[in-house]
Amino acid sequence: MLSRVASLIYWMSRYLERADNVARFIDVNARLILDMGSESSQWEPLVRASSDEATFEKIYGQAYNEDNVEHFLAFDRENPNSILSCIEKTRENARTVREVITTEMWETINGLYHLVREAASQEKLDFQKFCQQVHQCNHNFVGLMDNTMSHTEAWHFAYLGRILERADKTSRMLDVKYFLLLPGARIDSPQDALQWGAVLRSVSGFEMYRKIHHRAQYRNVTRFLVLDEHFPRSICFCVVAAHESLSAILDILGIQSSAKHKLKDLAEHLANASVDDILNRGLHEFINDTQLLLNQIDNDIYKTFFDLKQAY
Amino acid sequence: MKFEDYQTGGFYDELFASDGKAHDFVLPLIERINNLPEQELLQTQEAAEKALRQQGITFSVYGDEQGEEKIFPFDILPRIIPAKEWAELEPGMKQRIKALNLFIDDVYNEQRILNDGVIPKDLVLSSECYLPQCKGISPPKKIWIHITGTDLVRDRDGKFYVLEDNLRCPSGISYVLQNRSIQKRTMPAAFQEMNARPVADYSDHLYETLRHAAPAGVEHPTIIVLTPGIYNSAYYEHSYLAQQMGVQLAQGTDLTVIDGYVMLRTTRGFERVDVIYRRIDDAFLDPEAFNKDSLLGVPGIMECFRNGTVSLANAPGTGIADDKAVYAYVPEMIRYYLNEEPIIANVPTYICDQPEAREYVLANLDKLVVKAVNLSGGYGMLIGPKSTAEERQKFAAKIQENPRSYIAQPTLGLSRTPTIIGDRIEGRHVDFRPYILYGRDIFVLPGGLTRVALTKGSLVVNSSQGGGSKDTWVLEQ
Repeated sequence: MLSRVASLIYWMSRYLERADNVARFIDVNARLILDMGSESSQWEPLVRASSDEATFEKIYGQAYNEDNVEHFLAFDRENPNSILSCIEKTRENARTVREVITTEMWETINGLYHLVREAASQEKLDFQKFCQQVHQCNHNFVGLMDNTMSHTEAWHFAYLGRILERADKTSRMLDVKYFLLLPGARIDSPQDALQWGAVLRSVSGFEMYRKIHHRAQYRNVTRFLVLDEHFPRSICFCVVAAHESLSAILDILGIQSSAKHKLKDLAEHLANASVDDILNRGLHEFINDTQLLLNQIDNDIYKTFFDLKQAY
Repeated sequence: MKFEDYQTGGFYDELFASDGKAHDFVLPLIERINNLPEQELLQTQEAAEKALRQQGITFSVYGDEQGEEKIFPFDILPRIIPAKEWAELEPGMKQRIKALNLFIDDVYNEQRILNDGVIPKDLVLSSECYLPQCKGISPPKKIWIHITGTDLVRDRDGKFYVLEDNLRCPSGISYVLQNRSIQKRTMPAAFQEMNARPVADYSDHLYETLRHAAPAGVEHPTIIVLTPGIYNSAYYEHSYLAQQMGVQLAQGTDLTVIDGYVMLRTTRGFERVDVIYRRIDDAFLDPEAFNKDSLLGVPGIMECFRNGTVSLANAPGTGIADDKAVYAYVPEMIRYYLNEEPIIANVPTYICDQPEAREYVLANLDKLVVKAVNLSGGYGMLIGPKSTAEERQKFAAKIQENPRSYIAQPTLGLSRTPTIIGDRIEGRHVDFRPYILYGRDIFVLPGGLTRVALTKGSLVVNSSQGGGSKDTWVLEQ
C-alpha cells in the first residue's frame, strides 16, 4: 500500500487509542474523588504522567486544579494530546484514508468526532459519562475493525498503531500512581489499595486482576499491568502482539525491519523479568526505559514503511 | 404539507402539467405524498439531512478555523424523467460525446475540420484551453473523454438543451449515488412503486472504462484515482469512487517517474501505475509541462502519457471542446463527423469575438446571459435581466477589451420542480447533469444529478452559490 496511507492509518489508530487513554486518566481521578472526597484529589500527576507539564504550565502556570486539568486533557486545542486534538486528528486521517477503512469504521469515528465537539461546547459536563462514551466508541471501532475489515496489511498497521500506543499509555497509567504516591504515602495502606483499585478500574482490568491476585496491592498490580501475558492492556501483552503484527506485515511485503528485532528483544526481556527486578530498579525508572525503547521502535517503523522514498 | 396549492408560476414544471395538476407519470408519487400524515414529509426530510451528517458527506467551509462543515443540501422530493423522454436524451448524449471525441482527436492531429473551414481555425487555436503539448498525441483506442458530465437544461417550452459539456474533470457523481441510497432508505415504498432505473452499477462501468483505457499490451492494469488532496472540496467524491472501485487513492507526492514509467511510493517500494483517473486539472498535472508552481502534480507525467506508458482519464487537452465559444460549433461537429443532425439542441450562442455578434450582445446586455469562455461553476457570469446598470457597464468593458474570452446566450426560463422550502412545497429552478462513460461502448447512466437553486427565483444552481441537489428518477417505462 501507499507509504503515506500506511502512515495515516497507523496514526489514526494511535490517536484514537491515545484519546481513549487520556479519558482513562481523567477517569482514575473521577473515581478517586468519589471514593476519597475531592479535598484530597490531586490533578498534577495526570499531567506529569503524560509528560505534558511544559505545555500545561505555559498556559495555566502552576494552577493544577480540577477545572484547568480537565479542560487541558479533554478539550484544549493548544494541547496536541487532548482528547479533542486527538479525535480531530483521528478523524482527519480517517477521512483521508476513507477508501481504505470500511464505512462502518468511518461512521464510528465521525460520530465520536461530533460527540467530542458537542461535549467541548457544553457548560456543565458529566466527565465520567463523557469518558464512558469515548471508551464505548473506541470499543465499537475496534470491534468493527476486527469484523468488517480484511486482516491484511492496512489492518495490521492500524492494529500496530493501537497496540504500541496502548503499551506506552499503560506504562504512563502506572506512572500516575507513582506521582500520586509522592510524597510517601504508606505502601499497602487502605488508601493505597483504593488508589490501585481506581487504576485497575480505569484500564478495565479490575475484574481480570481479581481473578488472579484477589487483593489490590502494589507488587501484584505492577506484575499484572507490566508482565501479565494474557491481559490485553498489559505492556507485555501489547509488545508481543505488536511483534506479531509487525512480523505479519513484513511477511506480506517480503522485507526486513530493525523494529522487529527491537520488539523481539523487549518481549523476551519482559517474559524473563520478575516483578522484583522491576521494583528493585525502581518502577518509574523502568517505565522511562520502556517508553524510550517504544519511541525507538516507532522511529524504526517510520523509516521502514512511511518515509517517502526518493527515486534512485 | 401537500401539493394542493402548488403553482407552476408560468414555467415548465418537471412534475406538474399546470397548477395543481401533476403529469400522469408522477401521479402515484404525488398521491402517496398527499396521503402522508401531517408532518411526516418534513420529518423524512430531516432524517435525510441527519443521515448525510452521520455519514460525513460534507464539504468544508473555506477559512473556518473551527473546521465547520456543511452538508450539500439534499431535497427529498425527486425529479422524475419519464422513459419516453429518456429514450431521446440517451442517444442524443451518445451522439454528442462521439462527435466531441472525434473533434478533439482531430484538433490535436490532422485538423481536418479546421482546414475544411467548418470551424474557424483562429478561434480554436487561440483558446486558452488548447494545449500545444498534446499535438500529435493519440491516446489508447483514440478515446480522450472517458468521463463526461453534460449539463442539460429545459427552457419554458419544455425542450432540453445542452448548456455545457464538462469534458475535463466533471464532479458530482458521488452525490448521485449517495442521494439515491438515502432516497431509497427514506422513501422506500414510493421508490419501489415508481420503478426507477438503478444507478448503483456506475462504479462497475467506471472501472471497466478505465481498464479499457490501459496502455496497449497491459492486460491487468493497475488503476488509481489521483486527487489534489483532502482540502479539495470534491475530496469526498475522489475517495468514494476509489473505495467503490477498490483502487488506491493517491496524491501527487505518492507518485514519481522512474525510467519513463509512473510509479507509486508504497510500503514495499516502487510499483508501476498504468491508468490514472486524475481529478487534477490539466494546468496542475505536471509542473514540467504546465504550471511550474504546481505542487499537486507529478513532474514528468506528461512525457509518460505522450510515450504511452501511462493512460490518463480524461486525457489532457479535452478542455478545448469545453471552451464556450468552441461549444457553439458542436452541432457543426456532429454534422461533419457523423453526418447526422443533432438530437439535443445547443443553446443559441453569440461569440463575442465575431464583430456582428458582439454588437448585438453589447446592445442587449440586459436580456442576455454573458459567460467567460473558460470558467464554470457559475463564476464570471452576468445574468442580464437580474443585473444592475453598473454590472452591465463593467461587463461591456470586459467584452470590448477581450472579446475572445466571452460569449452570450439568451436568458433561459429554466424549468422548475417542487421543492421543500421551510414547511411548504414551492417550485424552484433546476438543471440536470447526466454522466456518460466512453469505454468499449458509450454508456449513459440512467439518472444523474439534479441541481436546484434553493433561493426563490434564482437561476444559479451551483453548490458554491446556494444550490442543493435532488435524486433523479429515470422511469423504467
